[in-house]
Amino acid sequence: MLYTFDGTFDGLLSCVFDAFARKEDVTEVLRTWDEIPLFCLDAMRHVDTELAHARRVWLKLEKCMSRTVLNSLVKSFLYAPVEVSFYSTLFRFICRAMVSEIRIEGDFGDADVLAVLNNSRKVSYEASRMRQFVRFQKAVNGTYFAMIEPLYDVLPLAIGHFVDRFADSRFIIYDRIRDYGFFYDGKESHRIVLSSDAPHMVTGNLDETIADADEAMFKKLWRTYFNATAIPERTNPRKQRQDMPHRFWKYLTEVNGV
Amino acid sequence: MTESTLNKLKILAEAARYDVSCSSSGTVRNNKDKGIGNTVGGIGVCHSFAADGRCISLLKVMMSNVCLYDCAYCISRRSNDIPRATLTVKELVNLTIEFYRRNYIEGLFLSSAIVKNPDFTMECMVQVAKELREVHRFNGYIHLKGIPGASLELINLAGRYADRMSVNVEIPKQKSLQYLAPEKNHKNIYEPMKYINTAVLENREDRRSLLHVPRFIPAGQSTQMIVGASDDTDHDILTLSSSLYRAKSMRRVYYSGYVSVNTYDSRLPALKQPPLVRENRLYQADWLMRFYQFRADELVDPKNPNLDLDVDPKIGWALRHPEFFPIDVNKAPYEMLLRVPGIGVKSANLIVNARRYRALGSDHLKKIGVVLKRAQYFIVCRELPSAVIGDLSPEYVKLRLMLPSGPSRRTVDRYPSLF
Repeated sequence: MLYTFDGTFDGLLSCVFDAFARKEDVTEVLRTWDEIPLFCLDAMRHVDTELAHARRVWLKLEKCMSRTVLNSLVKSFLYAPVEVSFYSTLFRFICRAMVSEIRIEGDFGDADVLAVLNNSRKVSYEASRMRQFVRFQKAVNGTYFAMIEPLYDVLPLAIGHFVDRFADSRFIIYDRIRDYGFFYDGKESHRIVLSSDAPHMVTGNLDETIADADEAMFKKLWRTYFNATAIPERTNPRKQRQDMPHRFWKYLTEVNGV
Repeated sequence: MTESTLNKLKILAEAARYDVSCSSSGTVRNNKDKGIGNTVGGIGVCHSFAADGRCISLLKVMMSNVCLYDCAYCISRRSNDIPRATLTVKELVNLTIEFYRRNYIEGLFLSSAIVKNPDFTMECMVQVAKELREVHRFNGYIHLKGIPGASLELINLAGRYADRMSVNVEIPKQKSLQYLAPEKNHKNIYEPMKYINTAVLENREDRRSLLHVPRFIPAGQSTQMIVGASDDTDHDILTLSSSLYRAKSMRRVYYSGYVSVNTYDSRLPALKQPPLVRENRLYQADWLMRFYQFRADELVDPKNPNLDLDVDPKIGWALRHPEFFPIDVNKAPYEMLLRVPGIGVKSANLIVNARRYRALGSDHLKKIGVVLKRAQYFIVCRELPSAVIGDLSPEYVKLRLMLPSGPSRRTVDRYPSLF
């Protein structure tokens, strides 16, 4: 049996619910719009997302795994769009966790358990890279603005960090790939969609008409510091790129040259 | 902020860059009442990586490089003819806050040359930290350098505002230190270190029993040793670090490969390149002491006073102790797994968990993240054992481990053979 669902986490949990309720042997779980694997002759069924079903599965999951593992499960769900077959892995992992008499979360000899852990690590790592590489620019109205292009949809995981940190200011962090962002207004953060093609929405760089008067000076100070702090005798571009991959450089004030 | 600040920042960042410490870890400082800054969860954040590959976490800058002392290894020594500058308290505070707001940095690492006298210098530095914390309610990370010879009252005051403090040992042996830095002595270095350690422990005790005791240097202290400027051996260095780590508040010892900045001084070795490999081996040894339960005397001893530059110290230890291996990954306790080259803390943890469910084979180990290329000579697993160190000889295993791995697939793809 092949299940399709709407691509949400609740949808995936609804698939689990259905598989148990209808006692079906599910081999593959895909999103509605994903391509069906070659030579797949299994019957196909679309599972509608039922919040009540998803909730029941979740409550059961809370009993059969620790909070840390639930956390990894949700995080690795954010990784799944990259590797579509991973939805099936997640599905198998959840089903096995629910029927197993013992907790399966430490069974790293099992490919599914290990994949859930490894992929959640990739997602956490990408989220921590947001904490590292987000660069704000101050706009005329005092709002700080940053553009990002993460590999996975990790902005929701990272936004809390910035809210805690810059609680006294207003800022926007915008995911250009997924075309949404968060605006923190000094009290709480809101999800926003700025479908605009203003120059700064393309380059991520506020030009002098909308940037704060001091912004250019601070960029210059930061670049000066960045260059001065490197020891010329130890130059090591390979290490630099390893820890700060090129894909981030576009929005990094110290290296993007805008 | 003007061009003059820019010039000063350049001079003082260049002067501060030989200090390696950059970590912003080990402290939690919550943002209260909508202030600025929040330092979380004990893990640091590296915001950027400079052209030398070192991380930039804090704004690492000297307050001043106008120095009274004449230490042979130091770029800012009195007798050097270099541009001198001093940043004002206001400039430093402003730079820190504005950089922090743009998410460039985690906080400030302030150090200084000895201006006028140690007390004066320390007092100015404390002023910066005080203003950041009290006027701007800044909850970012502050690392202050303890100036050797400054009065303990000032160190105490600094500790109320700083997350971490460090007093640099620089040269492990008193004799070498006297030779290279006649104005410094070990007493002036160890005294504030000891003071910080006692004060941190007392503070921890007080906070347990009394309410509302302000925190004192919550992220503890660190220090640094210069490698390759004197003739001290790795044995001297590691023995000193391990005794430093015995102090509860000592979180990190950094090793800084000496960069020949003062080539004219005949007391110093003329190095074309900083001793990067040796520095790396020392860090690996340091890691083994902190996370792998190795003792300093297991890594180096008076007979082998220096670490082997060809292989990492963990392999070095394994080669000297073939009787310890092979280890059965399905049975050996965690501590023994940690001793296997190619198995790190992460994979050792996974192994201990996974083997409760099934016997692990080499395919499992590979997926878990064990580097079989190294580990294969030291372990047995579910399959029949391959040749291990006892069957081969330590010399042979060393040669095999040092072999460069074949041409990477990428180079093969890029330059296909013509024939």
